[in-house]
Amino acid sequence: MIPMRTLVAIAALFGLAVATPLAAAPIKIGMITTLSGAGAGMGVDIRDGFKLAIDQRGGSLGGVPVELIVVDDSQDVENAKEIANRMLKRDEVDIVTGIIWSNLVLAVVPTVTRAGKFYISPNAGPSALAGKNCQPNFFNVAWQNDNLHEGMGQYVTDKGFKKLYILAPNYPGGKDALTGFKRFYKGEIIGEVYTTLGQVDYAAEIANLRAAKPDAAYFFLPGGMGVNFVKQYAQAGLMQEIPLFGTAFSFDEDILRAVGEAALGVVNTGQWAWDLDNPANKVFVKAYREAHGRTPSLYVSQGYEAALLLDSAIAAVKGNLSNSDAFRAALERADFQSVRGAFRFNHNHFPIQNIYAREVVKIGDVVTNRLIGTVFTDHQDAYAAECAM
Amino acid sequence: MTAQLFLEQTLNGLQQGVTLFLLAAGLTLVFGVMHLINLAHGTLYMVGAYVAATVTQISGNFLWGVIAAVAAAGLTGAAIEIIALRRLYDRGHLDQVLATFGVIMFFNELVKVLWGPQALFLSPPAILSGTVEVIPGVPYPAYRLLIIGVGLAVALAVRQLITGTRTGMLIRAGATDREMVGALGVAVNRLFTRVFAIGAMLAGLAGAMAGPLLAIEVGMGEHILILTFVVVIIGGIGSVRGALVGALLVGLVDTYGRAFLPVVLRGVLSPTAADGIGASLSSIAIYVLMAAVLIWRPRGLFQAYG
Repeated sequence: MIPMRTLVAIAALFGLAVATPLAAAPIKIGMITTLSGAGAGMGVDIRDGFKLAIDQRGGSLGGVPVELIVVDDSQDVENAKEIANRMLKRDEVDIVTGIIWSNLVLAVVPTVTRAGKFYISPNAGPSALAGKNCQPNFFNVAWQNDNLHEGMGQYVTDKGFKKLYILAPNYPGGKDALTGFKRFYKGEIIGEVYTTLGQVDYAAEIANLRAAKPDAAYFFLPGGMGVNFVKQYAQAGLMQEIPLFGTAFSFDEDILRAVGEAALGVVNTGQWAWDLDNPANKVFVKAYREAHGRTPSLYVSQGYEAALLLDSAIAAVKGNLSNSDAFRAALERADFQSVRGAFRFNHNHFPIQNIYAREVVKIGDVVTNRLIGTVFTDHQDAYAAECAM
Repeated sequence: MTAQLFLEQTLNGLQQGVTLFLLAAGLTLVFGVMHLINLAHGTLYMVGAYVAATVTQISGNFLWGVIAAVAAAGLTGAAIEIIALRRLYDRGHLDQVLATFGVIMFFNELVKVLWGPQALFLSPPAILSGTVEVIPGVPYPAYRLLIIGVGLAVALAVRQLITGTRTGMLIRAGATDREMVGALGVAVNRLFTRVFAIGAMLAGLAGAMAGPLLAIEVGMGEHILILTFVVVIIGGIGSVRGALVGALLVGLVDTYGRAFLPVVLRGVLSPTAADGIGASLSSIAIYVLMAAVLIWRPRGLFQAYG
């Protein structure tokens, strides 16, 4: 395993060294993402999705060769800022992308946009960038943070759950999540808990949750936090007692590999599902399965679509990014076949899209998600009205 | 709040406390006997967790995983002491902090190379994956009960080691007056290696026991190291008894804080404000505890065997 890894690294280095001089003025894209620690699964998936799209186009996007620089931010705000500065000044990237976490995005985006460059978010979509402070050079291709939670709020209301216990980490993404959920949940909230970001043990919170006797529990804990929580929730014997609901972030393919059958039957919301029936999605899922031997996660689809968006916009301006206004207009058109079906940008550069309900099932030996319905059609975020763009 | 919930949270606090004790016991001995600030103690916890996960997966038996983890952490600890730390005993604390921080970075990278950057997961053994009703009406995870049991058993064993064996006598003597122990003809170097390896094995055990509850990831040792230092400072540097009392205090205060502060605040504030402020306050509760203890007893709750 180690020699193989090293070989691949060496091959990649040589590949770059050989490819760069041949290519005429490649477009440089800086990807800052989380590749170590508990959040590594998400960063790896976004990177792999993005790379898949580039590979399908023979190393280019929009017909122009692309140089992708990937750096691990280790989920650290200071680290991410430093990497962004280095990418802008030393590497002279044209576009920055990749960040998972809202607190990191809020720190990095001003640096990027002040330098006149573009930030394409394949994940984090904090409310602070969707409303009054929306940015001309910021695009989110995935969702506004609240969206999937709004979908779950609606779903839980529709299913008639009257008393809910809700839980999220204490950071901008966590607050957005519960705000979004409450915007569409019409029942009573009997407990609202914010945990420390990166917390690993949830025994105290789970004991309180059981004692509160809710009809159901809703939680948002991205990455390794969610794995710990679901495992501990199942170990406490609560899965059968109090139904658990979450977004696709908590029950995505990578998490299900770790949690396994403990999660069977859980319903979660996503803007995408691997079994969505459209031609672009079929091509995408097939290509990813061939390359990686497993079903893509939500994050893979988001990384992939960030690259598809860039592909369409770079093609529209014929690789000339010097005219920012033209490039921005091309991005706004979002002229590509989305793997989630209908997709377009709102005026605040956040998506207008469907939100789907998915259920955790076992197909053969694999625990995975199955599409079970549409919660919202052409859903837009609650902050767009405040954006003057 | 019901009595059952309070008891259940007490169990949770105890479980967190004994895990912290396993780490703090080694750290406080190294601190007290060797006068060494060892930031790399959390690294041995990480090594324990990774080895436990790997060996459990290969052998299919969690017990083998734990044994291998303790052995691997002990060997790693002895190697770190012999190769790196031995050179630092006569240096100042700043040099020790820098060097042991380097050890952290080395092992974090090594683990990334060997196991990859993504987190590993380990399930508790099948017989312990269910729940037990120790408190009527409150099913409690069996595996967490095992951790409490193992932690308390180890605390007794360490007490026996310190008070009832020759090594323990030398450790106590070393903590009191290191120079005199050397002058009386004890091979201090070998004693130090032994102390360090014992501490490392306890840290490895803590890591192995935590594995089935948590995601096993690079950097997991740094998260818990800060809490461990708080425990050592509260308990008194060099005192194993202090480490036990301090660890249980920190475990209970942290758990009670997280569990009950927001509920208490809801009595006086609006729910949203109470939840937000409660979350922030409970995350600093243990530091408030530390400050209070230090005001009352500037050298910690217990003095090393002086």
